Order: sequence, then C-alpha cells, then structure tokens
Amino acid sequence: MQTGLEDQLGLYQKRIPIFTRSVKGRFRRFKTSVLVLAYAIYFLLPWLPWSRLDAPAQAVLFDLPGRRFLIFGLTVYPQDVIWLALLLFIAAILLFFVTGLVGRAFCGYFCFQTLWTDFFIWIEHAIQGERPARVRLYRQPWNREKALKIGGTHALWLLASFWTGLTFVAYFTYAPQLVVAFFTGQAAAAAYITVSILTLSTYAAAGLMREQICTYVCPYGRFQSVMYEPETLAVHYDAKRGEAAHGRAAARAGQRTLAERHDKGLGDCVDCGLCVQVCPVGIDIRDGLQYKCISCGLCIDACNTIMDSFSFPRGLIRYDSEKNLAAATPAAPRVQWKRLKTIGYGAALILMSAYLVYSIGTRGSFDRTVNQIRQPLYVVLSNGDIRNRYQIRITNKAAQEQTYQISVRGIPADALDLGNFREITVKPGHSGLVQASVRLSPAQAAQTQRFEMIITPRGKAAEARSEAVRFDSPGKRP
Amino acid sequence: MSEQKLQSQTVQTTGHAWDGDLQEYNNPLPVWWVYTFYATVIFAVIYWTIYPSWPIGKGWIGGASNITYVNSAGETKTHSWNTRALLLEDLNQAAAEQKPYFDKVSAMSYAQIAKDPEMNGFILSAGKALFADNCAPCHQAGGQGVAGFFPNLTDDDWLYGGSYDKIHETLMVGRRGYMPAFSEVLAGEQIDQLANYVAKLSGIGHDAAKAAAGDALFRSETAACYYCHGSDGKGRKDIGAPNLTDNIWLWANVPASDAAEGKVAAIRGVIANGLNKGVMPAWAGRLSPEQIKVLTVYVHELGGGQ
Repeated sequence: MQTGLEDQLGLYQKRIPIFTRSVKGRFRRFKTSVLVLAYAIYFLLPWLPWSRLDAPAQAVLFDLPGRRFLIFGLTVYPQDVIWLALLLFIAAILLFFVTGLVGRAFCGYFCFQTLWTDFFIWIEHAIQGERPARVRLYRQPWNREKALKIGGTHALWLLASFWTGLTFVAYFTYAPQLVVAFFTGQAAAAAYITVSILTLSTYAAAGLMREQICTYVCPYGRFQSVMYEPETLAVHYDAKRGEAAHGRAAARAGQRTLAERHDKGLGDCVDCGLCVQVCPVGIDIRDGLQYKCISCGLCIDACNTIMDSFSFPRGLIRYDSEKNLAAATPAAPRVQWKRLKTIGYGAALILMSAYLVYSIGTRGSFDRTVNQIRQPLYVVLSNGDIRNRYQIRITNKAAQEQTYQISVRGIPADALDLGNFREITVKPGHSGLVQASVRLSPAQAAQTQRFEMIITPRGKAAEARSEAVRFDSPGKRP
Repeated sequence: MSEQKLQSQTVQTTGHAWDGDLQEYNNPLPVWWVYTFYATVIFAVIYWTIYPSWPIGKGWIGGASNITYVNSAGETKTHSWNTRALLLEDLNQAAAEQKPYFDKVSAMSYAQIAKDPEMNGFILSAGKALFADNCAPCHQAGGQGVAGFFPNLTDDDWLYGGSYDKIHETLMVGRRGYMPAFSEVLAGEQIDQLANYVAKLSGIGHDAAKAAAGDALFRSETAACYYCHGSDGKGRKDIGAPNLTDNIWLWANVPASDAAEGKVAAIRGVIANGLNKGVMPAWAGRLSPEQIKVLTVYVHELGGGQ
C-alpha cells in the first residue's frame, strides 16, 4: 500500500513544555516586587473599608445596578464616560511611550499574564522542585509521587485561579457579603458564572497555555515590532563579544580565562545554556531579538551570575539598543528619549493626564440638562403672550441629598413659572425632573432669542451652573 | 522558528486501490470540528426538551419550560413556552412594578400629587406614555392639537374648564361640541356682519360698520349667538362654547392667514357651515380609573390648568 502521497505542513504546533530554572538577580528582584505589590493591590483592595452614607463601606466598588463606580471619595456616573475614555487613551499612549524607550517592559514586568504565569511557576517550583527535578518528574511514568505532585500543583493552581475570579467579582458587590453568599449558594447567578469563567480562563492561561498566550493570542506581542526603533533599549545578546572570531565555546581547561579565550579567538559566551533554561517563553536570546521575547530580563540575571562566577565582566546579555550594538565602539547603554516620536508621546501623555486630573478636580456636584419642549415649540396664550416650556433634569452627583433652585437670567424673573416646584430636592445619585414654562409678552418675545436657566444648589451659590436655551415665538419661526 | 522543525504529516489514503493504483485521500475532519458538532447535537437535544419542538398532528410537543401569566380577563394561564406568553408575562411584571405608583395615584388627591416631586416624575413619564398611546392621534404628541379639528391642550384656554375635576370629567364622559350652520337661517350679508363683529371682539382688523351691525345681530333673537357664547362673547364652559374675545382659535384657523380679510373669511366659514366634529370620546371603561387620573394630572400640567 502506498502512503505518503503528499507532505503537508502541520497547522498545529504542539506545545513543547518549558521548565524554567529559577534565578537570582536584579531583574528577578524587580519582577518579584512588582508581583507582590500588584497582588497586594488586586487581592486586598476590595476589602478596604471606606465609610459612605448611601452605599456599602467598600473603598472601590463598581456598583453596576446603581449605575455608578465608587472609587474612594470619587463617584463616577455613566455620563463621566469621558474619564474612562481618557484613561484608556492614556494607558495606550503610555504603552507606546514606554515601548519606544525600553521595549516590551509591560510584557516582561507588569502584564497580568506574566504575573500570573510567574506565580504559577513559583507554585510549581515549590511543589515539584528545581528544573531538573521537574524534567525528571515529567519524564517518569505515572506513580504515586508523580500523581501527588502534579495533582497538588494543579489543585493549587485551581485554588489560586478561583480566588482570582472571586476577587474580581468582589469589586462589583460588597465583598464580605459576597464571600458569605457565594459559599452558601445565595450569590447572584452572574457571580457564579463570572467566577467559573475566570477560574477556568486563569487556570488555562497561566497554568496550561502560558507563553502560548503571548505568542499566539496576544496582539500586542505582534505589533511591538513597529514600535521598536534602532535607539530602543531591549534585551540583547552582545554577539560581537560573545562569539568573537570562532564562536562560543565551553569553559574547558585552557580556555577558562578571558586572556586564554581571546588568544584562541573564542567569544566570552561559555555556552552554559542557562539563559535558555530560565527563559519563560523558551527562546534562545543568542539568536537575536525575536517576537517571542517578552523582555523579562531573567536571561540577563542568569548570564550575569555565570559571568560573575568566571570573573568575566557582566553584561554579555544586557539592555542595549540595536544602534549601539552595531556601533564600532559601543557606548554604555542608556535610555535615549530625544526623538520626535518619544517626545510626541510624552507630550500627549502629559496633556491628557493633566486634562484628566483637571476634569476630575473641577467636576460639578450635579449634572443638568435643560431641554426645550419642541411639541409645540411655542404656545400663543389667550391674551397674546407667548409661552415656551422646558424640561429640566438635575442629577445629584454629591454624596448627600441636595435642594436645587432654578432661576433665569436675560428675561424678567416673573416670566418663569415652575408650577408647584420652586425648588427640587434630589437624593444622591438620583435625577429629578422639573417642568418649567416661560411666558413673555409679544414685545418681549420679539427681543428674546436666548436666555439662561440658572440652577443653584441651595446654600452653595458658587456651584451654580447656567444653561443657555432658546426662546421661540411665532415671528421667529425657524 | 528556524530551530524548530516544522511538523510534517502524511496524508492518509482510504486504503482501497482501484484499477491497480487508483487511491483515495482520507482527509478526516479536524477533531475540534467533530467535537463541536457532537456538542451542537447534545445542545439540540437539550433545546428540544426545554422549548417547543416537533409538530404532532394539529398540536406540538410543548417542551419542559412553561410560562404562567394572567390574561386580560384576569385568568391565570400556564402555557408552554412561546413569545406571546412571554410578552404577557413581561407585561404582568411591568404592571406589577407600576402598581405601587398607580396605587399611590388613586390614594392621593390631585393637589397632593402635583406637589410631590416623585409622583410628578411618575406622571411626567407614565402620563407621556398613556397620552402617546391614547390621546396623541388627535391631540398630537405634544398636545398641541390641530387647528380646525382638535383643541390645543398646551394653551391656557379650556373649552370645558381646566380644573382637575373638569379635565377628569372630560376624559370620563367625553365631549360633543356642536354649532348649527347659520347659512340656513341667516343671509350671507348677516353672516359677514357677524364675522366682522367676532373679529372685532378679539382685536382683529375688521369693517367697523359691519361689526356694529353684527353686534346687534349677535344679541338678537334672529341669530341668538349670545345664547351660547354669552352676551359679552366670552363663551360658556358648561356647554363648551368657546370664548370669542381671546387670541385662541380652534375651529376657524385665523392665525393661518396674514391678511385681515382672510381671517374674517375663516370666521365667516365657521358661522355659515357650523360644526359637528368636536367629538371627544369617553374613556371611562377603556382606561382604568388610575390611568385616567394620571392623564388628568398630565393634561392639567401641559397647559398649566386653571
């Protein structure tokens, strides 16, 4: 029987398991401190109390049914969506700005995929031991030890994933109540669904898929290349130094010291492979900058450890720019920001952040809309006077009940008729509707194109806001 | 990628050979596709058992999910899932949510409702919906009416009175405005004189001599206009006879023409032909008492009431 009629490329690349070796050094310390800080914030923030008059005592609460976000002393309503838009813009620009300067710093140190994967590897390391032990365990047939260790690892991963999901949900409802309700089966269906989705996705992403998320799923990893410039600092292997004339070689007798190696034309790289073993995405940085590299700096730590042990100078693998590495005499690597793109991003970042701070700092205590009623635009009354009607909606954004007074500017005060409501009292977070009518004589109406409605919170004259509105009459039909 | 060997695989054949060397490729469907297909089969079976599925004779298999609703006759019915029952259930639910407000409306007096900001907000939104469903076809969406057909509810002139009680009465029992056609009893010249007099009453350009003659005619037993419109022309709200001395025009579309002659002609037309179209239907029985009460307050608020 004939087979092998045609060869095809497989569309599916089977994952090659990666067992990372742990390493000590500057970048590892930095990564660990970011991890601890980020986890402290993420896991503890929903439990931070904050006393409020009209809402649960939780410092950060995204109150979806109440249509408001409570963030410490700030209450954000849907109409403040511009802040969210600005925040997202700022985050995007910050990403571009930082990537232009120091490459994928976000990927390597701050991205939640990296943080959670790091934490999951830490669990794996704690239970199964260092890299050689994990490789051995992986290769050995199933027995009691393997089942216990692998099972324990996955159980802890699931637990961490579950708590991650539960914490996420805790941001949307009063946390202490949620946790009790969750375990007694009293929580909302949305809570169970969200927690199970997040548990499974966290477990899959940080436990099973890991670097595949960065390589195949995340779009940012792919468009990073357009943000890199020759001046951008990135994790580089100094090939000139490492390979020299005759390439890298192990540190055997006769080629242990720098002098001996240089005589033989060997590079400084002793080909120990530690940089590959510590890499969480399983690449060899010595092949050059590549799309899989998340710029976590662990290979720098690994290489420096080896360089130190041989008393070679550090920095065979280091943060450096393409331009500097290509130069005949490389200078000390430094952040180079004097570029139009970087300065442009920086300026945009400063402007937008300043506007966001200004906008939040000068927010009013209430929102108002004054709509002229357009059916009909005007009414001619029995004595010939013209009446226009307006609907005023006041949303109280302050934390306490507030009474608002409505007055007019540009027309006589007695032209305004508010019916039964000279003032309106609105509960915090609620809206009040007032129907106002304005009555002008034909002579006054002929002169009045526009006037202003002034809404004043009682006792807070400084917070008064005015709204210009049209006055329509038969003579000025649009 | 350079170091990783690209996986290559060999296409299998079905294993049969015809004519010695003719073989057939075997390219099975991707595994994920096959399992997705099985999952949809399982989903379909679950779906069949929950929702209506197979027709059987004149009926059908109703499925496990039922909807219970109260129909308009007040009977509680349970039916297998369908969108109509779902709608009725939703309507029941909406009505239940509105009930506390409607209960409040029926318990409060008009004056209390008007002064309560929360109830005022409810009237503005619920009244608007009720008005749009029931009143807007004639009185228009904003209550501005149509000159010559339906009165404007947003001005300060009320044919039958603008108090809460009068508006309520209008809504409950309806109204029928009627004016006889005077072309049958009066000469064309007399009608012209009356039209000029009515124009004079509301300060529109007119012929003074004709208006003076019309004045006498207005009060005479020949035309007997005063009988309904009052000797001062200010109308009688108990029978819905309009005030002729103000600037509000319903039947004669006076504001439509710019020239005084046109305005007088519009008035003349109404006197000559009379009218029998001022019919407002009675809403008692069609709307619930609470709905009529909401509409009363809403309409009162439209024009500011009296």
